[in-house]
Amino acid sequence: MAFFLETLFGGLMAGMLYSLVALGFVLIYKASGVFNFAQGAMVLFAALAMARFGEWIPAFTGIDNFILVNVLAFAGAAAVMFVVAWVIEFLVLRHLVNQEGTTLLMATLGITYFLDGLGQSIFGSDIYKIDVGMPKEPLMLMESTFDGGIMINQEDLVAAFIAAALVALLSVFFQKTTTGRALRAVADDHQAAQSIGIPLNRIWVIVWCVAGVVALVAGMIWGSKLGVQFSLSTVALRALPVVILGGLTSVPGAIIGGLIIGVGEKLSEVFLGPYVGGGIEIWFAYVLALGFLLVRPQGLFGEKIIDRV
Amino acid sequence: MFYRENGQFKTTYKEDQQIFPITQDRIGVLLLIAFAFIGVPMLADEYMLRAILIPFLILSLAALGVNILVGYCGQISLGSGAFMAVGAYAAYNFFVRVEGLPLIVCLLMGGFFATLVGMFFGIPSLRVKGLYLAVATLAAQFFCDWAFLRIKWFTNDSASGTASVSDLQVFGFPINTPFEKYIFCLSFLVVFGLLAKNLVRSAIGREWMAIRDMDVAAAVIGIRPMYAKLSAFAVSSFIVGVAGALWAFVYLGSWEPAAFSVDRSFQLLFMVILGGMGSIMGSFFGAGFIVILPVIINHALPWLGDLVGIPVSTAALTHAEQMIFGALIVWFLIVEPHGLAKLWSVGKQKLRLWPFPH
Repeated sequence: MAFFLETLFGGLMAGMLYSLVALGFVLIYKASGVFNFAQGAMVLFAALAMARFGEWIPAFTGIDNFILVNVLAFAGAAAVMFVVAWVIEFLVLRHLVNQEGTTLLMATLGITYFLDGLGQSIFGSDIYKIDVGMPKEPLMLMESTFDGGIMINQEDLVAAFIAAALVALLSVFFQKTTTGRALRAVADDHQAAQSIGIPLNRIWVIVWCVAGVVALVAGMIWGSKLGVQFSLSTVALRALPVVILGGLTSVPGAIIGGLIIGVGEKLSEVFLGPYVGGGIEIWFAYVLALGFLLVRPQGLFGEKIIDRV
Repeated sequence: MFYRENGQFKTTYKEDQQIFPITQDRIGVLLLIAFAFIGVPMLADEYMLRAILIPFLILSLAALGVNILVGYCGQISLGSGAFMAVGAYAAYNFFVRVEGLPLIVCLLMGGFFATLVGMFFGIPSLRVKGLYLAVATLAAQFFCDWAFLRIKWFTNDSASGTASVSDLQVFGFPINTPFEKYIFCLSFLVVFGLLAKNLVRSAIGREWMAIRDMDVAAAVIGIRPMYAKLSAFAVSSFIVGVAGALWAFVYLGSWEPAAFSVDRSFQLLFMVILGGMGSIMGSFFGAGFIVILPVIINHALPWLGDLVGIPVSTAALTHAEQMIFGALIVWFLIVEPHGLAKLWSVGKQKLRLWPFPH
């Protein structure tokens, strides 16, 4: 039982991290109808920027206050992501308005290649580490209930907390601010939003900026856990089942989908994996999502797809 | 002789239903095939055949298969790499386990098993559409990656997990030199190209296009969505499976599951989109573009680097190649979202009026 709970918690924490990446997909899809395959590349790019700024700032300016360096590195990486967002909107999306979904998907795949190449050209292609002072020691819980207690990674706990805080922040931003309201209007209906004077292009830049910051947070957490390296960009492929499970248009869907996929992956790997040779998490996530899709084709919380002739 | 159909009167139904109704097209295609069979092997050297032409032929075949599914039936699939893998490994198992089975039969059996797997993973398309389907087909990709890596039976229990074939021959002729391989692949491509061209203008092809344009409307006028979608998946994965078997047997010789990873699926989709969705010709253009582009970048960049006096390292070259590839794809999608086939048909329209445009 204790082992089961441990796996379950591990899955929930991993799921929270998947949701972070999935959130980036959902934000952009909602606002601009673009299925942004480059989200994974953005995570890698942001994490690389942050890791290298963390090295460069102490080296060039002599600042060695731990917190200040990290804050500066985060700000610098965020600025880089803003520039990336603006450039993508200005050079790519603006010219592809009204194209079909597949064309847009392919364009973001092109962006993926470009960002992967650019990130590694500028920031280098070794393995870097991000140190934001995450606690590393495991935490023991409920030692009185179970023999030996349940071991939980404190790092995971902090990461999950940050993810939850980010989601809360985003929902406040969407519900309470003028820009947030404009974003929701655009997500609802492009033409209607434009007709009441909401500038579409600016909204898109803002959404890509927000997605960039989300990618940065995701990259920071994943990076401090696993190290910043090229394989980080494949995290997009891990987050895809989360997105379709939760529904492409739903922010809560991304969170709950993430939790379901995270738990499903871990439980399947631990309890089913040994029978079939292991390594099944990645396709199991897809099959799980597919199973849900067969019951609800629009995902758990997606808008109902209505077909009209 | 101008490119014009004036004066070509059809007097029988048979004439009216030819694959290429315009005489000039017919002659053009025959000349092209003749050139590919006779002219190219005489002109091209071994490097050209091995590094460019053979991959081009095999990937064109695969792109043709993907185009039937994505371009004609409108079901976006990111699992094509998996179907190639199934074709390759099924053909391999027939090749090593059944003594004396002819090579062509092995390859076709590869296609047959790819068909079965393709139809199985096509079942969700009856319920799930668009981008959701695209992601759902990734399930096929990751499952096959895993299965061919972990289940040792598929690779004939080889210790390294690598499958390899040697001593290929057809009707007693060996297939070893690049020239023989080229002719072998070309024959496959011509046969499947003509079959596909015929198929998409038949009743089933029209059903696919109706489903693509609007599946609800197609169902209303009496097209069975299940039959149409699954048959598209079947035909497409058969061709993709044969292409996969060719890729493994003829081009690679010995291979690992990584040869058919998700990148391959993306590459095939790129070919279809850049070449032109719903166009047989477009598959060839797309494959040519994607195969030749990296080769050109690879050769041009060090040369440019020398020109301005900056030595280009291998790592920088890989990254620059990625960047240029990505940027070119985006640029191409912006200037011609309908693909190279669109340019081709515009050119043909212009040619019809030339040299008297008024």
